[in-house]
Amino acid sequence: MTATTSTHAPALERAKARVSGKWPERSGLRGFVTTVDHKRIGRRYMVTAALFFVLSGLDALVLRTQLARPEESLVSSQLYDQLFTLHGTTMIFFFATPMLFGFGNFLFPLMLGTRDMAFPRLNAFGYWVFVSAGIVMFGSLVFGLAPNGGWFGYVPLTGPTYSPKANMDVYSIGLLFLGISTTAGAINFIVTALKLRAPGMSLARVPVFVWGLVVTSFMVVFALPPLNTANLMLFADRRFGTHFFDPGHGGDAVLWQHLFWLFGHPDVYIIVLPALGIVSSIVPTFSRRPIAAYSLVVLATIATGIISFGVWVHHMFAVGLPQLSLTFFSAASIVVTLPAGIQMFSWVTTMLQGRVVLDVPMLWAMGFVVAFVMGGVTGVMFALVAFDQQTTDSYFVVAHFHYVLFGGAVLPMIAGLFHWWPKFTGRLTSRRGGTWAFWLTFSGFNLTFFPMHIQGLLGMPRRVYTYPGGNGWGIWGLVSTLGSYLLAVGLVVTLGVFVHSLRRGAPAPDDPWGGETLEWAAASPPETQNFTVIPTVHSLHPMWDERSRASFAEGAEDDDRVLAAGHEVLQTSELDGRPERRLAMPEDTPVPFVTAAALLVGVLAVLLGWYWVAAAAAVACAIGIGWWLWPWQPPAKALSEPVAHPEEVS
Amino acid sequence: MSALREAPDAVTDAQALTVEAPVGRPTGQWGMFLFVATEATFFACLLASYFYVRFSHGGDWPPDGISDPKLLKPAIMTALLLLSSGPMIVADHAIRHGRPRLTAVMMPITVLLGLAFLVLQLSEYSEKLKEFTPQTDSYGSLFYVITGFHGLHVFIGLVMVTVTEVAALLGKFTAGRHERVRMVSIYWHFVDVVWIAIVASLYLAPHLRG
Repeated sequence: MTATTSTHAPALERAKARVSGKWPERSGLRGFVTTVDHKRIGRRYMVTAALFFVLSGLDALVLRTQLARPEESLVSSQLYDQLFTLHGTTMIFFFATPMLFGFGNFLFPLMLGTRDMAFPRLNAFGYWVFVSAGIVMFGSLVFGLAPNGGWFGYVPLTGPTYSPKANMDVYSIGLLFLGISTTAGAINFIVTALKLRAPGMSLARVPVFVWGLVVTSFMVVFALPPLNTANLMLFADRRFGTHFFDPGHGGDAVLWQHLFWLFGHPDVYIIVLPALGIVSSIVPTFSRRPIAAYSLVVLATIATGIISFGVWVHHMFAVGLPQLSLTFFSAASIVVTLPAGIQMFSWVTTMLQGRVVLDVPMLWAMGFVVAFVMGGVTGVMFALVAFDQQTTDSYFVVAHFHYVLFGGAVLPMIAGLFHWWPKFTGRLTSRRGGTWAFWLTFSGFNLTFFPMHIQGLLGMPRRVYTYPGGNGWGIWGLVSTLGSYLLAVGLVVTLGVFVHSLRRGAPAPDDPWGGETLEWAAASPPETQNFTVIPTVHSLHPMWDERSRASFAEGAEDDDRVLAAGHEVLQTSELDGRPERRLAMPEDTPVPFVTAAALLVGVLAVLLGWYWVAAAAAVACAIGIGWWLWPWQPPAKALSEPVAHPEEVS
Repeated sequence: MSALREAPDAVTDAQALTVEAPVGRPTGQWGMFLFVATEATFFACLLASYFYVRFSHGGDWPPDGISDPKLLKPAIMTALLLLSSGPMIVADHAIRHGRPRLTAVMMPITVLLGLAFLVLQLSEYSEKLKEFTPQTDSYGSLFYVITGFHGLHVFIGLVMVTVTEVAALLGKFTAGRHERVRMVSIYWHFVDVVWIAIVASLYLAPHLRG
């Protein structure tokens, strides 16, 4: 810690002993199933998401091998349809957002200066639902019933007439199931960031990563319902004979597209905004100066989030909608790029005005800058209706979104892993290994996806299991496939660097990079309670200002900062971070796991058409939730004490 | 690390703390607000789909010779649901001012009114199903799914109020600890407001010829 700790050292020791007793960590199977600790859950999300990334990536290698030459027959068209649908669906729903939620779960309480998320049991529940939904979605492949209508599932192809088998039932119900987890996670992030910040952390002192994930969470709250509506309607049309999308009985197939893209466009920003937040954590640290134009970066994040709800028709420019509609959405789609541009300028300015240290996390972040700008440029091209109508449904689109998704999300995630690895695991990674991993991955990535721009401009359609020779597509297909193998090597090396670190990495200090935010004040890895003393935050960079750092030691004698009376956190006010009351937090419990298991049973029952079993499972869930929310403690045993005696809570 | 020039510390200086500040909301309330926001968005999507299908359909609405929805039952259902919010408001107010017995009397009134709403809805369904079903056409699909999901939310709300009532009867709530009553109340009012939107869209709007 700091020099001032020497006078407070005995008090700190006493405080630590008292607090750790209230924050035990249970090991073994029981601990695994019952834990509500945000760090364990966050790591779990990241590991599980990484597993889905590997599965989906292997899937993609099969796709690329099939597409290396014209008229290949490595896989049948039916299998190809399942593989490419699963690739997109898994990457977007089971890798990207859960991985970022994993980062958020681990880092939010640490960055905010508290000890757990606002709703610890909901956090655990969200994880179990996520992994169950992933098992349903990916496991269906074993039965040949994996979703096969593309990740975007357009009707009427996915309706009852043309997709009579159960594949798209798995899709619609699987995504409805997953949506519960995503929404729960989002609500948790918002409420934690609103109410559990350290004293003094006003909104203007909240780290950019937290802003990014909070804006994302608000987007989830509003963007998932259109998807849920669409999936419910699709399932009803398929299973119960309704006619939402059936033009023969007054329905409308384009309704699916509107509902899907009303979700789908915000979703890409749901993926990208937390990743931009990771970059905003790395660039200032490795430029040795605070982020340039913090307020503008925050406003840009919010603006991107809001405007992203007004551009969805740019995915439908070739559907035959009225000209006026195309004009509006084209203009909106150009405007939505401006806030992202502001963020890019902020990072560049931060680097120009600082002293750049090109350590491994920064290298990956620089890769992101290059790739995301390239992807963003092709994105703006799509905003122009005339260009879009020529290249829609071609490989140019595939190139674009892989640049923004791989470049804009995966590269920052890997950067974030290298950056916070010491904090997550207590180990350092090899600098040489990380550098090799970067160059192999970055080269492989560009070699895989750049040729797709050319294929697209040469007219190659997307979503095809093979293609004819003689169009000039084959050579680029071969280059792209070879690139994908190089990319795979790069990613394996990256994984190898992390595995090597776990087995032989040097132990990490609390703050290996000289970071600015509070997570670097905790141990590597943090103790279960995160902080023995809840700090008082005096600036946007608490680790770089003396008063905030001193508060760790100074608060050792203050009961309202040590919070050792129970399993407690400090609740503070929404805008200014003024202390309000102590909040007793739930401890380890099996109820979230059991409730999620009941939900899984219900979902499987619905898929199989066993509706009475599903109803029984719903009742079991309701009982689980009731048990969870029941006020077990008698009110006389005051669970939460107001601090600083504010006015009567009205 | 270079010492950063710090701005005057509005939040943590002693001077700031002597001014009384409004106390924020408990975490559970924010959680319920956000849950209600996402569910409300879901109903907004359903209603938007209703209007989208209606206007892209053109022609008569309801289509296929289905008669305009009758207004008597929905009017009574609206009155029942709106009235049922009153007792919840009183229940919440009562527990905050140390009157747990009043709270325990008010919540069952809400439950009864809510049950009456559901009974009327079922009776309306049994009448309407003779004329059209969810499988008849898109109008049928939309009508039953929208009103059906609302009814499901009413049912869930009644379960929540009932469980809260049981907790109240067991003496779990006092003036110092009563958050749950307000949270359930927020959900109940949301269910109310959604009904008004549904009545306007599905029942009143077809009668507006223009």
